[in-house]
Amino acid sequence: MWLFLAGKFLRLLTLLVAVCVFSFLLLEFSPIDPVRAYVGADMLKVGPEQWAKIAEYWGLDRPLPERFMRWSAAVLRGDLGVSMIFRRPVLEVIGERSLASLALMLTAWTFSGVFGFALGALAGMKQGTWTDRVIKWYCLTLASTPLFWLALLMLLTFAVWLGWFPVGLGVPAGVPAHEVTFADRLRHLLLPALTLSIAGVAGVALHTRQKLVEVLQSDYVLFARARGESGLQLFRRHGWRNIALPVTTLQFASFSELFGGSVLAEQVFSYPGLGQAAVQAGLRGDVPLLLGVVIFSALFVFSGNLAAELLYRLIDPRLRLKSACCKQGGYL
Amino acid sequence: MNSVKTLSLSCRNPNRRRLNRRQRTLVVVALAAAYLLLLLGGGLLLGEEGLSTNLTRRNMPPSLSYPLGTDWLGRDMLARTVQGLSLSFAVGLAAAGTSAFIALVLGLTSALGGKRLDTVITWLVDLFLAVPHLVLIILIAFVFGGGITGVIAGVTFTHWPALTRLLRAEVLQLRSAEFVLVSRRLGRSRWWVATRHLLPHLKPQFLVGLILLFPHAILHEAAVTFLGFGLSPHRPAIGVILSESMHYLSAGSWWLAFFPGLALLTMVRAFDVLGDNLRLLFNPRSAQE
Repeated sequence: MWLFLAGKFLRLLTLLVAVCVFSFLLLEFSPIDPVRAYVGADMLKVGPEQWAKIAEYWGLDRPLPERFMRWSAAVLRGDLGVSMIFRRPVLEVIGERSLASLALMLTAWTFSGVFGFALGALAGMKQGTWTDRVIKWYCLTLASTPLFWLALLMLLTFAVWLGWFPVGLGVPAGVPAHEVTFADRLRHLLLPALTLSIAGVAGVALHTRQKLVEVLQSDYVLFARARGESGLQLFRRHGWRNIALPVTTLQFASFSELFGGSVLAEQVFSYPGLGQAAVQAGLRGDVPLLLGVVIFSALFVFSGNLAAELLYRLIDPRLRLKSACCKQGGYL
Repeated sequence: MNSVKTLSLSCRNPNRRRLNRRQRTLVVVALAAAYLLLLLGGGLLLGEEGLSTNLTRRNMPPSLSYPLGTDWLGRDMLARTVQGLSLSFAVGLAAAGTSAFIALVLGLTSALGGKRLDTVITWLVDLFLAVPHLVLIILIAFVFGGGITGVIAGVTFTHWPALTRLLRAEVLQLRSAEFVLVSRRLGRSRWWVATRHLLPHLKPQFLVGLILLFPHAILHEAAVTFLGFGLSPHRPAIGVILSESMHYLSAGSWWLAFFPGLALLTMVRAFDVLGDNLRLLFNPRSAQE
């Protein structure tokens, strides 16, 4: 177990280093001039001397390896630089924004997991019937629905027509920060979270259904049927025990899509999360913030995958045995 | 009693369905192709006329003469939607084609080029899958300076890892097949084996993979343009149309967002259905399903 964890930790390290090097090199070869991005609209007011001063201040006149060493040393110290848009340390921005994003993603993740599992289980138990066909059709259509369009529809229906929810933002507009209550935040969180959950249901439900169909075709279920078990009893005794693990694992491994979805949902609902910051950074050329978000999102995805693998090893002893005798983890 | 009934039912159903599957697939393929051709042809035929601004017909809800309504500048939304979709189609074609080609080359080299190369390529695949897809696209689009080039580059360079993995696994399996081993023993080179033995076997996988890349590529392209990358008001991509419509939602112009999104959804779904049905046709084992 400790060996496994150590291996994972090593993997995380190499991965992070690779992501850093890769992103740094990519940004280095891009045609975007950081000084120009910084100066922005004041281009005409800035003379060539000032231009050179800014470049020198940021160390942009040094050779590439030296700049990379300086940047990575700063990153190791936990200093990701200063965001150009927010004029604050990147780490601070990410810390604040990621809380809002994590709240959103966690809610959506839980909802979509529960509903997706229920829908998939229902479809699997009723395989071949109209219930199954309707659920399958619904999920497949949902899977090819653009998430931002779904978000627009939700906004249109619930915020503009029915007026149940605010049109956007993370907190009410025009209210001082200390007067914002928890209920306010919750009201603003609900609609984006609902959108994300609805979109997330498709993958879980289809996967649950497929696994359940496989289980139902097994010999032990045939035997159980011969004993007279059916319906809910069959599901309780043989169904969910066998599908719960792979489905939970998949749900953990879907962190990458969840993050992407939250970027879009945040944009539509003007929800002040990490995804919105990433879009702003990309559009307005805020390199430090963009790098910070890339690193954070890589960490996020990695922790999801790690949780999935740990869960599997904790619950399924066969996996522990297998890796112990083959002396290899990694793929498979 | 109950299970016996369902068993006999499920025994009869597959027979009927199997007879229909081929025909159904062909119908679906024809429908999807017709729909996509309509989009492409429509983009060319409708031309600039519907796109011109006409302030006498501003903000009209859907009617017989303007099935999808008009926008705040009096432009016909049907023309704009079709134009946007044909643009998405083109971007999707470029991105999915290039991605699939990268995947094919990497998958073949990974499985044939020795252990070290394989490690490098699998590591690269893992690296690309480590960062959320959309964030990676934003990063690459940004690196290429935004604009339509940025979007195409972003979508192209992020869709190959999954297919690479699939093709690599396939090649690894094929490599130990007897006819390949015999061919190697007879002194054929790796290149010969790759082009004469492996490529023909990969063709269906590759084709289906290519078609199934389309929906992903198109959805991601729409998402990134929606976020504001590659914004070009003269050639409105579907994402741009939807993102512009956001400003008019609170005024009640629901048709600006509803129909273009629905059209995008049907296009993506058409590709999905096409790919799935082709896979059923190509794969002999799927007759059991």
